[in-house]
Amino acid sequence: MPEPEKKPKFDLGKYITETQLYKSMFRHGYSTSDRDRALSVMTNVFFHLHPVKVRKSGARFGFTWCAGGLSFFVFLTLVVSGIMLMFYYRPTVEYAYNDILALREHVPFGIMRELHRWGAHAMIITVWLHMFRVFMTGSYKPPREFNWIVGVLLLVLTMLLSFTGYLLPWDQLAMWAITVGSNMARATPFLGHEGPGAALLSLGDIHLVTSGSDVRFALLGGRFVGAGALLRFYILHCVAIPTVVVVLMSVHFWRIRKDGGISGPL
Amino acid sequence: MIEAFKIFINSVSSPATIFTLAVIVFILFVSFPKQATSAIVMIPLLIFAAAFLAIGLTDKHFYHIITTPDNVPIVGLIFIFGYFTWYAMRKAVINDERMAQGKPTIEKEETDEKVLVFPYLIFIEFVIALAYSIMLVVWSIFLKAPLEEPANPTVSPNPSKAPWYFLGLQEMLVYFDPWIAGVLLPTFIIIGLCAIPYIDRDPATSGYYSFKGRKFAIIAYLFGFWILWILLIIMGTFLRGPNWNFFGPFEVWDVHKVVPLVNVNLSEIIFIKWFSVGLPKAWFVREAPGILLVLAYLIIPPAILAKTAFKEIYKKLGAARYAILVMLMLMMLSLPIKMYLRWAFNLKYLVAIPEFFFNI
Repeated sequence: MPEPEKKPKFDLGKYITETQLYKSMFRHGYSTSDRDRALSVMTNVFFHLHPVKVRKSGARFGFTWCAGGLSFFVFLTLVVSGIMLMFYYRPTVEYAYNDILALREHVPFGIMRELHRWGAHAMIITVWLHMFRVFMTGSYKPPREFNWIVGVLLLVLTMLLSFTGYLLPWDQLAMWAITVGSNMARATPFLGHEGPGAALLSLGDIHLVTSGSDVRFALLGGRFVGAGALLRFYILHCVAIPTVVVVLMSVHFWRIRKDGGISGPL
Repeated sequence: MIEAFKIFINSVSSPATIFTLAVIVFILFVSFPKQATSAIVMIPLLIFAAAFLAIGLTDKHFYHIITTPDNVPIVGLIFIFGYFTWYAMRKAVINDERMAQGKPTIEKEETDEKVLVFPYLIFIEFVIALAYSIMLVVWSIFLKAPLEEPANPTVSPNPSKAPWYFLGLQEMLVYFDPWIAGVLLPTFIIIGLCAIPYIDRDPATSGYYSFKGRKFAIIAYLFGFWILWILLIIMGTFLRGPNWNFFGPFEVWDVHKVVPLVNVNLSEIIFIKWFSVGLPKAWFVREAPGILLVLAYLIIPPAILAKTAFKEIYKKLGAARYAILVMLMLMMLSLPIKMYLRWAFNLKYLVAIPEFFFNI
């Protein structure tokens, strides 16, 4: 006996994708063959930072915690919100504080500064978390040892980015945090005027390392946190350090691929 | 009842007790990782932490410190890193047990299997990015970025604090001069981190969570991260008030709190207290005991350890790598050693040569 023909089930997805409206918007269907999936990585400049295939153990969220990828994403959001802020902020003693105040007072529901500040805190946490994961899985071991060094440098630069940005609102919190932080530079051996060995660097009675020529002076552009420091920190924060970070990130991502991808057991 | 609890916590809080307690908890955690990461220990611990936070938030002062906008990330950080430390250790314990039974690790079972990045990995990244974005927007809506009075070089706030991620270094200033706490030790932290893969090189234990095979590395790293970095940040942020004095978690930051400064140098202990002869005039005579002590610290333990406890490590690493490893370890341990010397003997400096700004 021939089986009774089953009535096809109603498929909402199919119904929608076959309407004229849908077909007019999306010319092609979404194909799920391996070839198409591979192509979608290779033909996309952003996706192709990845290889086409990865170890299953390495793709697991439970293995990587996605901390490195998230750090990169947080960096991108910080670039976007940072550029927005640059439109309204002038790095001079006259304007800096008032511009920040205006952002708060004149923008209804404005959260751009919050997105940037809390994003900066979040990036420090995600970068620490990424390092923590890489350590706990032993993923720094050969052949990835150089990429670990690049990562350490990126970690330091992340904290310096946050530190230089901390001064820009030009309020009491900012100024004194940077004063406390940069006072350490005064004590750098040989290079700071209160550091051990600085007194040895002198010609007769003339000291070569003074409060007007030491490493702290170079950092702040002055003897205290003033107009010079504000401009220097602004340029370091918006141009100099991000440039170095982008270069090092390129090396970091490229080396992941060259060193054999996300680590896995031998 | 709650008041009594608060008073009790305040009265037992001091850098020495908190640090010692943390070290004990740390030693228990790495000694019994299996028991420590089990639900029986972890759930009560989590409840205790949440309850402490909840009770604390009813306290006006505690609430003020915790909800200061720039301090909020630290509270989040404690829970995030607490969770992931537990998670990594749990996975390590499970993998160690599997290997002991002759089974492959969780990662090993899947390592030869390959998945397509699109959609499997892209999907994870997308969900994480989305979740983070939502969290950030919510965080930004409910917590305003701080903005205080305009910068004024003539009015310094008390306490003046660096950004929170550098407060571990600022806390070290209690025990070391700026050239050590602010320059030397941070440099050693960076160099030490960079040196890790050149000292711990065996690729057989890479790519999966494990503890048994790399106990030394993991204990050293977790100690540095949790005790010498995160704990100091917590102390520096939440428990250091005006004049960098120590305050209990529920103690109001009183500007007029008087803490006697009774710290003495090693040279004073030796020449005045023990020999009763007064300090010698020449600095190299005065500081000779301290200098010898520091040199002995840097030379004798490495030599003895190379022959005894670290014999295998010495053999494996060779002289140069071993010297670097031990030097980094000694630098790391110099901080807790100096802390305990301060707490036990009020020791200010082992070597004090103010003539050259050289104090250790």
